[in-house]
Amino acid sequence: MESQRIKILIVAVIMVALALIVPKSGSFVVLLATRAMAFAIVAMSLDILLGFTGLASLGQAAYFGVGAYLCAVLATKFHFGLGWDFWIVVVLGILIGMALAAVFGLFAIRASGVYFLMITLALGQCVWGLAYRWNSLTGGDNGINMTGRPNFGIDLSNEVTWFYLVFAFFTVSLLLLYLLVRSPFGKSLAGIRERELRMQILGYNTWLHKYIAFIIAGGFGGLAGVLWAHTNGHVSPETVVLTTSVDALLMVVLGGAGTLVGGAIGAAIVFGLREYLSTLVPWWQYVLGGVYVLTILYLPTGLMGIPERIRQARAGRKKAPGQSGDAKKLASVPS
Amino acid sequence: MNTQFWVVQAFNGISYGALLFLVGSGLSLIFGVMRIVNLSHGSYFLLGGYVALSVISGTGSWALSLPVAALAIAVVGIAMERLFLRSEGFESLRNAALALGLGILFALAIQAWKPNIVGSRPEFIVVAAVASVVLYFLLSRISVVAIETDVLRQVLLTVGFAFLFQQAALDIWGGNNMDIVPPAELTRSVVVGGIYLPLYRIFMIAMAVAIGIALWLAMEKTRMGAAVRATVDDAQMARGVGIDTNRISMFIFALGAFLAALGGVIGGAFLGIYPGLDFEMLPLAFAVVIIGGMGSLGGAAIGALAVGLADNFGKALFPEVSYFTLYAPMVLILAIKPTGLFGRD
Repeated sequence: MESQRIKILIVAVIMVALALIVPKSGSFVVLLATRAMAFAIVAMSLDILLGFTGLASLGQAAYFGVGAYLCAVLATKFHFGLGWDFWIVVVLGILIGMALAAVFGLFAIRASGVYFLMITLALGQCVWGLAYRWNSLTGGDNGINMTGRPNFGIDLSNEVTWFYLVFAFFTVSLLLLYLLVRSPFGKSLAGIRERELRMQILGYNTWLHKYIAFIIAGGFGGLAGVLWAHTNGHVSPETVVLTTSVDALLMVVLGGAGTLVGGAIGAAIVFGLREYLSTLVPWWQYVLGGVYVLTILYLPTGLMGIPERIRQARAGRKKAPGQSGDAKKLASVPS
Repeated sequence: MNTQFWVVQAFNGISYGALLFLVGSGLSLIFGVMRIVNLSHGSYFLLGGYVALSVISGTGSWALSLPVAALAIAVVGIAMERLFLRSEGFESLRNAALALGLGILFALAIQAWKPNIVGSRPEFIVVAAVASVVLYFLLSRISVVAIETDVLRQVLLTVGFAFLFQQAALDIWGGNNMDIVPPAELTRSVVVGGIYLPLYRIFMIAMAVAIGIALWLAMEKTRMGAAVRATVDDAQMARGVGIDTNRISMFIFALGAFLAALGGVIGGAFLGIYPGLDFEMLPLAFAVVIIGGMGSLGGAAIGALAVGLADNFGKALFPEVSYFTLYAPMVLILAIKPTGLFGRD
């Protein structure tokens, strides 16, 4: 318990530091941090599925995308959501993400393992197909250009103000997701991840648990989409493309699945690489690909798993060689 | 919308399906034999096209570019499979390959950051070599958890390679849209029953049929094929009766890459070859595999035909929802019969 408190304290300190330092660091950093935080919400919601329930979804961009498109369509076609009604759009974004996940979950939750991966990929492609082709609604390949950020007394077109708003949403999401995984519901999700059959025998409706987790993740995806649309000022099929879903997965694995903040750390690193490095050198994508390969091969438990691995390596060295609990420990990591 | 419309659209759909069969059959076999979800399969398609472009500009021979590109990419596939997807036996070679790559990146980074330190080529090589050696010993100290049984890590690893291939292709061949020009004899049209049909598309269909028959014969009539089928059905049992599944998985991975690259050369003539084509083909290839059933050749043929036709008619009849009409059936099939129409449990 003591170490848990320390971890929370560390996260809180980092959050406060971010809130203080980022706004003073120039517009590039502010925008980068805003984008990373908006996307980190998707990554964390995916961690609920991947790290806590053991469901590797390859279509999380779909919920993110519908949230973003909802926001963009309402703002440009109906001039809705540019004043106080922005808050209604936020709620609608969450609801549409949840609704879509509720429909998709009916198809997807039955499947497991590689078939879950495939079916979420197919579902994600359905949404991408509509975004890409449904010209009259989504603007097709060109996407939709937003006309400006909401202004309700507080003018959100200011980058720093907008950063604080996204930061607030990010913090609340982190808090809510943390409460979720600590709740009895979250514990039963972990039970399903470890051994679904055992949970079924204990009388849990595992399908319903997974379904609800799927819907919750969809809701956070929708929220992130709304924030993304206003952060970017532009929504295109890029937001729902397969690689966006894969990116979210990598962020979770890179940071450490089953840790929540891991997804946020992963998002910060991937966005940092993609957006900062690409301004410096033309070969930045080698670094991104390298991060993928190195993470998967050498860091299966992610960055957050490093202290644990070092501890185990030390403990293993003290004991007789070959007795380290490394393999067993890693085997129980959700995949 | 007369008969001609339907005939032409059906013909286009079938010929597109022929192309998709080349990409999808390899992906399907790879999954069936190795249970690997290979997200760099689209890259093999694109790289095949690029290598063919180089061969054509070098030798002027389109016919030569087909086998050369396919074989070159098959070698890339083997390297990927041996070094990264199957870890046993080649750990040190894998670490060396990674260390070399990282060392070069490190040197590039120094060069970009402090050009005065690493200015000339010898300096660059020295820095890269030293960094590689250090990194090699560092990487050797980290134990790698086996990746064979972990679908998610395979997916992300192959995506990582797809990104690496993407950047490499951009560096080598540039970002322009290029076309593979087939020989003039194949660019003519033939008139069948008053309808003009491009000869090249007929060639595509013939090629796919020929390869399909060859694959089917190899699978059904040869000892190797029987071993592959046994591995698809139950790899553990196959190993138990003395089949070298390790070699089979290497062979199948090479075959898959070979077919995808062949598809890239053939398809490059009417799709063009451009950055981003890899991730455009990939979901289509997965649609083929999923509809047909993973690991089934006949299924891949049916799936390719279905996707080719659905894609063409979808774009012609209801363009706004055309991709939706392609992927929604995929979802339904997966939901009703997760193993695909012809896949076995």
